[in-house]
Amino acid sequence: MGKTTTVKSLAPILIVLLLTSIYGFWYKSSRGKVRAAKGPNTGLTEAILGESLGARGTLVQFSSAFCTPCRSTRALIENVVKDLSDIRHIEIDAEAHLDLVRSLDIRSTPTTLFLNSAGVEVGRAIGAPKREQITSAIALLR
Amino acid sequence: MSSTTSQQQSTEAISIDARGPRFSAGITVVLLSTALATHSVWVLVAQGIVFAIGAIRGPQFTPYAAIFRTVVRPRLKGEVPTEDVRPPQFAQSVGLLFALVGIAGSVAHLPLVFTIAVSFALAAAFLNAAFNFCLGCEIYLLLLRLK
Repeated sequence: MGKTTTVKSLAPILIVLLLTSIYGFWYKSSRGKVRAAKGPNTGLTEAILGESLGARGTLVQFSSAFCTPCRSTRALIENVVKDLSDIRHIEIDAEAHLDLVRSLDIRSTPTTLFLNSAGVEVGRAIGAPKREQITSAIALLR
Repeated sequence: MSSTTSQQQSTEAISIDARGPRFSAGITVVLLSTALATHSVWVLVAQGIVFAIGAIRGPQFTPYAAIFRTVVRPRLKGEVPTEDVRPPQFAQSVGLLFALVGIAGSVAHLPLVFTIAVSFALAAAFLNAAFNFCLGCEIYLLLLRLK
């Protein structure tokens, strides 16, 4: 194999590794971060979610079957809210609620919505959040 | 307080050592890079067979998983992190799809199709190995939303 052919055949590998590394670092740093809700939204109700809302706030976690961090996210949120009587955690199977998924623009799992007492989304975490990210977002719920 | 409305818990799937699929993704990166560098369809066929086993029987039955079990796992210390077998199995299915497209491209004398298909499979495998990327998390719902 000549020198130019080697360079040519290694080019796709290098391009893929470069682009995926850039994406990968962004992916790592952005997963779990709680972002403020974009624009006004009408809010979710017990009728839509099939579960009653918490008195101060509700964490609505969308999960799916092909999602590794969904299980650990559920366990972590359950652990955080277990002593908070005014906060509820609701897990929703995204696949079985596609209309809701579309209207809320849920794109990946786990996605956790932080709802205030009125059921209005104030923030959302895409990917598995860390304990302190959950607790600080809950602290802001009214 | 906590509650679960999803049905998925009733059919709780098999759990496997979470480090296995990531180790397998590492070997996959080497194989797919070799296929890309040499434009060898046979390397891709070999990786395609591994993807097929992982997609159909499960990622814990591939030769890579066997290497992990016999060589790597005995040397690892600490608590064994477990995970649902379905997400890596889904990723293997996506890998199989790209491998089949790549093989078809090679058979049809379309080297660009081969390069693009193998590049996508390499991207997914590398993201998994290096960043613990969850392919099912990112694309499964988008695919469902297309319906």
